[in-house]
Amino acid sequence: MRYSAFSLVRNALSGNLNWKPQWRQPQPKPHYDVIIVGGGGHGLSTAYYLAKEFGVKNVAVLEKSYLGSGNVGRNTTIVRSNYMLPGNEPFYEFSMKLWEGLEQDLNYNVMLSQRGVIMLYHSDGQRDAYVRRGNAMWMEGVAAELIEREQLKKMIPFLNYDHARYPILGGLLQRRAGTARHDAVAWGYARGADQHGVDIIEHCEVTGIRRENGVVMGVETTKGFIGCGKLALAAAGNTSRVGEMADLKLPLESHVLQAFVTEGLKPCIDHVIVYGGGHFYISQSDKGGLVFGAEIDGYSSYAQRGNLATAEHVMEEGVTMIPGLSRVRVLRAWGGVMDMSMDGSPIIDRTSIDNLYLNCGWCYGGFKATPASGYCFAHLIAKNDTHPVARALRLDRFARGYAVDEAGAGPQPNLH
Amino acid sequence: MASLITCPHCGVRPKEEFTIRGDASRGRPEPMDTDEAWHDYVYVRANPRGRTLEHWHHVAGCRRFLVVERDTATHAVYSVVDAAEFVRRAEQ
Ligand SMILES: Cc1cc2nc3c(=O)[nH]c(=O)nc-3n(C[C@H](O)[C@H](O)[C@H](O)COP(=O)(O)OP(=O)(O)OC[C@H]3O[C@@H](n4cnc5c(N)ncnc54)[C@H](O)[C@@H]3O)c2cc1C
Ligand SMILES: [Zn+2]
Repeated sequence: MRYSAFSLVRNALSGNLNWKPQWRQPQPKPHYDVIIVGGGGHGLSTAYYLAKEFGVKNVAVLEKSYLGSGNVGRNTTIVRSNYMLPGNEPFYEFSMKLWEGLEQDLNYNVMLSQRGVIMLYHSDGQRDAYVRRGNAMWMEGVAAELIEREQLKKMIPFLNYDHARYPILGGLLQRRAGTARHDAVAWGYARGADQHGVDIIEHCEVTGIRRENGVVMGVETTKGFIGCGKLALAAAGNTSRVGEMADLKLPLESHVLQAFVTEGLKPCIDHVIVYGGGHFYISQSDKGGLVFGAEIDGYSSYAQRGNLATAEHVMEEGVTMIPGLSRVRVLRAWGGVMDMSMDGSPIIDRTSIDNLYLNCGWCYGGFKATPASGYCFAHLIAKNDTHPVARALRLDRFARGYAVDEAGAGPQPNLH
Repeated sequence: MASLITCPHCGVRPKEEFTIRGDASRGRPEPMDTDEAWHDYVYVRANPRGRTLEHWHHVAGCRRFLVVERDTATHAVYSVVDAAEFVRRAEQ
């Protein structure tokens, strides 16, 4: 069923009793051309583009829990392409362009809101770094603006400009950046993939990878063995565990990141604001809640919850930036497990096993990448050839000495 | 809960006093070891779900390196020993 103003009115008039489920609940077939492990945003977008752009129709997505239960439904929904390194910027800008056409493409309201992302700076050195980042963006054809302090005060009056340690001197703005509704992104891609014939199989955990003579034959699951031609891993924070089933040793550590939502307020924060002094970021959802997060908890973790000391630290950072926040009540908090890669950049590549493909290492920045990740991964799976904008994101870059280290933190995942 | 670490020298301390260096179960390769050995050591991680050994540096305390054995799923801490003591025990 295509959605339109007409379908809305018609269903409203018939008591909303005739809406169809957005995707089928099929039983697994004995064999698929491609099996994708992980029904998060990336697994679903990969399936969608495989079927729609590359004509690979006999595809299944296996999700151990319900669809969207992973990081795709746990993130703070920021979508941007203000990266600096040549290996990253074209990739994230490709994603940004796909976002801009996504609602039409999927016929689904993912509530993309290009409200602008502004990254604040607090020192001359940081200003120089942001000027450099802005210039790097312009060189890839992506607009960026440096906003000086006085101008920023008019735009965002409620910030604490005179903090003793982190006075706010200005910011780097990408106007096209913003947020999207994360659940809707998963549902929209799921519905789109389903319409192109992809089987989405929920509550189906992959427990083993069956290989014969080194070749992947299929996967053991909680719903039995399912055979496949090609196997694609998109398991976000659990990649090491799934990779281990095929003896892969990966440059990843699993870490937990928390997010917080406050009670609903009238519209007060117009942009996504990122606090360069302490990694804090905040925006207001369309429902009115303030959505924010900060740094990872610091140590490896597979728990989908965070620790209280970090929660307290996040609140401190928020109040440092916006003193008025101290009077707002937090309603919900949760954690997500992400695989942090050794350089903070993702991996989209083949593996040493011919028909086994890998999509991982999204750290805490992979939501914005959902469309490009799916598109490039589908390109790789279908053609056995890396998409041009994902060339720098290959698995062997560490061994070759070409890490894509946006933060310049070295092989220390908890510092990215 | 890994929010609290019991330093053998300083007692119970919040994790904010520490920096974490990761996997403590592997030794550093020799300077002239193969590229593969170094790649493995610098970039590849076992990343277990469950018990793991890690180096925690008590930066805001005694400044000693500690070896913490903890569960990455439950965050339970099983033991904390001084890194030098850890090596001594391993050599015995
Ligand atoms: C708190 C938080 C805030 C974030 N904020 C942002 C942000 O503002 N902007 C941004 O760009 N990024 C952000 N991120 C990062 C982003 O959410 C992730 O990088 C991205 O969602 C990961 O890709 P995914 O959607 O496919 O992962 P997921 O949704 O986690 O999908 C992976 C799926 O694989 C499934 N799976 C795992 N193992 C198996 C198995 N054995 N068998 C079957 N299924 C399995 C899981 O159940 C899961 O559903 C944030 C992350 C967190 C945790
Ligand atoms: Zn100590």
